[in-house]
Amino acid sequence: MTISKRARYALMALMGVGLAFIYVPLSVVVINSFNSSRTFSWPPSSFTTEWWSKAISNTGVRKALSWSLAAGFSATLIALLLGTSLAFAVSRYNFFGKDIISLLVVLPISLPGVVTGIALSNAFNQEIGLSTGLLTIVIGHATFCIVVVYNNALARLRRMGTSLQEASMDLGANGITTFRLITLPNLASALLAGGLLAFGLSFDEIVVTTFTAGPGIETLPIWIYNNLFRPNQAPIVNVVAATLVVVSVIPIYLSQRLSQDSTSGGRF
Amino acid sequence: MKNSVSTWMHKRPKLRLTALLAAPTLWLVVAYLGALGALLITAFFTIDNFTGNIIAKFNLGNFHDILTDPAYRNVVLRTLGIAVSVTIICAVLAVPMAFFMAKIAKQKSQKILVALVLTPLWASYLVKIYAWRTMLEPNTGVMDWILGPIGIHSPGFGGPAIIIGLSYLWLPYMILPIYAGLERLPNSLLDASGDLGARNFYTFRRVVLPLIFPSLVAGSMFTFSLSLGDYITAQIIGGKLQMLGNVVYQNFSINLPFAATIATIPVAIMAIYLWLIRRTGALASL
Repeated sequence: MTISKRARYALMALMGVGLAFIYVPLSVVVINSFNSSRTFSWPPSSFTTEWWSKAISNTGVRKALSWSLAAGFSATLIALLLGTSLAFAVSRYNFFGKDIISLLVVLPISLPGVVTGIALSNAFNQEIGLSTGLLTIVIGHATFCIVVVYNNALARLRRMGTSLQEASMDLGANGITTFRLITLPNLASALLAGGLLAFGLSFDEIVVTTFTAGPGIETLPIWIYNNLFRPNQAPIVNVVAATLVVVSVIPIYLSQRLSQDSTSGGRF
Repeated sequence: MKNSVSTWMHKRPKLRLTALLAAPTLWLVVAYLGALGALLITAFFTIDNFTGNIIAKFNLGNFHDILTDPAYRNVVLRTLGIAVSVTIICAVLAVPMAFFMAKIAKQKSQKILVALVLTPLWASYLVKIYAWRTMLEPNTGVMDWILGPIGIHSPGFGGPAIIIGLSYLWLPYMILPIYAGLERLPNSLLDASGDLGARNFYTFRRVVLPLIFPSLVAGSMFTFSLSLGDYITAQIIGGKLQMLGNVVYQNFSINLPFAATIATIPVAIMAIYLWLIRRTGALASL
């Protein structure tokens, strides 16, 4: 290609600046979790692993983690069931209101979280009198998780076509056998990628959770938020934050291996 | 038995469709759309000033208050200003990065770069804003430590901090659509433009930019809409500055109808935005 050397170097430099912009703050969080100063003055004068051992035995963190895992797994399960069946319906059938339903499924992540949050909270409290707790968190999370499973499954189903299923049926397999032996194995990695993303969204969600969590329930993001402005909790918050930064490498690695349909793992 | 159920279902496509659609439609229409509808109706209610109970009587009082009170107009304009600035900053940062990734980097490093850009999407939202709190802390923050020697100082907590924080959060959402757009753009077009005598920048302006414009708009949908509704960032690094989301959040527990009314503003702005960009083809390029 005819791009001058100077332009190449300039672009490379801009790429470097961009990556620095992305990674310097994240690195600071990780480094700060070892900073021995309680006020986290920068640059750190000495390092310690004291905060890490304290954080691991911190009951608040442990409890928050278990709430987050419970909410994440339940929401992911619901999203997998609803998102996949919707993807089947949209990819394999024509029906009235198809455009509307495919728009509706995107709406929960397109609208600001605060709107979804107060709408659900209002519905739970005022309209149906459902007291807020883990169940309401799961309902809220599942609502915006459906779309990522749906996107992944739909892309795969469209790419797959129907010829494999038709061949299977022609060879005498019935609908259930075909689904079990042909459709599901072909769909599996897309569902895994979608489920992973759904879990990631749920695990990280704070806005909708703020409005749908009952009293006494703190998911991990809510715990971080509640302790963010408490100076004596700052070391623990730093460790939790650093852990979340480091752990984020795992899903990105998995999703890159799983999904060939899109670079973003179906987030878009 | 299994076979007969399967055959029975196979002969009834309508029934299969209904079975597939029932649960998701019920969830999305009844639970979600129902909740949104109820909220919209609440926006037309008021509260009893003494008891704080909601009075279910239709009136436009809340909308009148918002349109006439300059304080709310300022919040709307400020939020819009922030969302536009964030979108512009993200676009300016994202285009050269995406171009490098798609057209200059070698195949192997291309994959790594995509992963590097994607990884922060999985890092916790809250942690990223928290990181900027440490970065921007006046005098003792990391930014003053790195950039202080060359005369750049942290803007402190406030509007600029919110813009930096939100740009940081949504940058990957801008890079990825543009990267995808550039990948689709054949190299031969750049070669042809160069062969016809166009310099780098001219090719970029007249060939590349018009072709990736839909991707840019697609990215802007994320950066713009995600910024419009945000309030956590403003709470953590915004100092005393308020965005639309903060006003909604504060009114939520004391005056729900009013909160609902304000919540319609970002939704309305987004609807107008989507209507404006519908002809650019951005929606199809997602």
